[in-house]
Amino acid sequence: MTQSFTRTFGMRTILVLVFAFLYIPIAVLVALSFNEDGLPTAWSGFSLKWYISLAGNSAILSAALNTLIVALVSTAIATLLGTLLAIGVEMRRQYGKGLEALIFAPMIIPDIVLAIALLSFFSMLNLTMGLHTIILAHVVFNLAFVCSVVRARLKSFDWSIVEASADLGASAVTTFRRVTLPVILPAVVAGALLAFTLSVDEFIIAFFTAGAGRASTTLPMQIYAMIRFGITPEINALATIVMAVSITALTLSQRLNRGIIGQ
Amino acid sequence: MHSVAPPSRSSLLMAPALAWLAALMVVPCALVLALAFFRRGIYGGIDYTFTLENFGLVFDPLYAGIFLGSARIAGTATLIAVVIGYAAAYAIAAAPRRLQPIFLFFAVLPFWSNYLIRTYAWIVLLNREGLITQLLRWFGYTGEPPSMLYTEGAVIAGLVYNYLPFVILACYAPLSRLNPELAEASRDLGASAVTTFRRVILPLTVPGIAAGAVFVFVLSIGNFVTPALLGGGRFQMIGNLVYDQFLTANDWPFGAALAMALIAIMLLVLMAQALAADRASGRAAEAKGNADG
Repeated sequence: MTQSFTRTFGMRTILVLVFAFLYIPIAVLVALSFNEDGLPTAWSGFSLKWYISLAGNSAILSAALNTLIVALVSTAIATLLGTLLAIGVEMRRQYGKGLEALIFAPMIIPDIVLAIALLSFFSMLNLTMGLHTIILAHVVFNLAFVCSVVRARLKSFDWSIVEASADLGASAVTTFRRVTLPVILPAVVAGALLAFTLSVDEFIIAFFTAGAGRASTTLPMQIYAMIRFGITPEINALATIVMAVSITALTLSQRLNRGIIGQ
Repeated sequence: MHSVAPPSRSSLLMAPALAWLAALMVVPCALVLALAFFRRGIYGGIDYTFTLENFGLVFDPLYAGIFLGSARIAGTATLIAVVIGYAAAYAIAAAPRRLQPIFLFFAVLPFWSNYLIRTYAWIVLLNREGLITQLLRWFGYTGEPPSMLYTEGAVIAGLVYNYLPFVILACYAPLSRLNPELAEASRDLGASAVTTFRRVILPLTVPGIAAGAVFVFVLSIGNFVTPALLGGGRFQMIGNLVYDQFLTANDWPFGAALAMALIAIMLLVLMAQALAADRASGRAAEAKGNADG
């Protein structure tokens, strides 16, 4: 009795401490973004002025627009290619370890390595770098993530219904549209949301493949440039917005596809 | 058995993605590997004569020192993250069933917010006029503000903070599948709580620990953002070195050799993990066999 009480108490203490460690730094940022003088020295009153000054910062706005373009386009391509890849792989009765490794590689290769590899590759081809090269690069890891989410869903897929559909005279396209797609759709959307979030947050690969000039600066690149020069209150407001967007997207993705995080 | 799919259709479906990966991952990585065997040109370009000196330079005491330093920082961060992450996963697995997915979701949520922002949060906490200094003042501390930012400790704290959620996730999986009867049986047979943990629970959860540890170590040793921001550039790690060769020093062949060394370390660590997981599953099978027989 007493032992189970100490045990429960111990477990609760661990949970409280770990969640405090995980959330206090973020909570401080969010609180500071509403602080009148924007500094951690003292609470000088609630204010939205840093959000308002953010709305007037053209460098940040254009970086946000660039990020949106990169994330939307790379997510669209990656969702299409990643879903087809997942179906193709899961359809096979067997596949080699090489194929498995190739699909898995983009998720584990260090960012810095892929970044310099693409930089070398693009400059060797004399390609002018910009948003388009960031998109080409982001599709590489995004498609791998979409593929793994969709594959997880297909693991429990009963392929005999595809067979049945074909036996009943449906074409391959009809079968895909009416049978396979409805089953995997939640996973496809979840994978797309995950890819979108990853792309919005990705910094190193974008930094290396953006080319010279400010025209193709993405939001993470802008954030990096700002925080290298220390604390600016605007960053707190920007950080709060960016976190709110990614957390919303991820929560949606999780709800659609119970099982990417967890289980 | 699904004979619906002729291999040709499956290949057709995979082709676009595989072509993309081949053109924009395999070829560029092969190119970097090749670059590592050339000389640096006089004006920073590439001189296409074969050499092994870039790899020799990796073992130069100056750079080998940075490798060892990176391994030490990454190793310390891994150790701390595994201890905290395992304890957290254990506590989550011990919570009521219906609460577990919620705890797990909130443990992983920060991991999906922006890496730069999570790192920046530590600048806010640790800088000289940061929150920790304010707290100390509030408790009556009047001395010089402690310098916590731009230290090795700050870099380690940042790495642990950023990668902890993954360790929790990796350790939770085997812990939640653990059969509670195993621990009970061990206790009934007279083993203490510590012995039960050490001889029954821990061995069965090694694969999760190994997966979490490998993840933290690999991402930490190749990290470039955290040392740059929290170490203030004073603590060079391999990632920063690669960055410098490509964007500042303009010695691409040497940068390529460093990147290959990074990949080699990563592969070694992954192989060690596979080995540990194999041995653990062997031991688990053995234990199960003993229990059944």
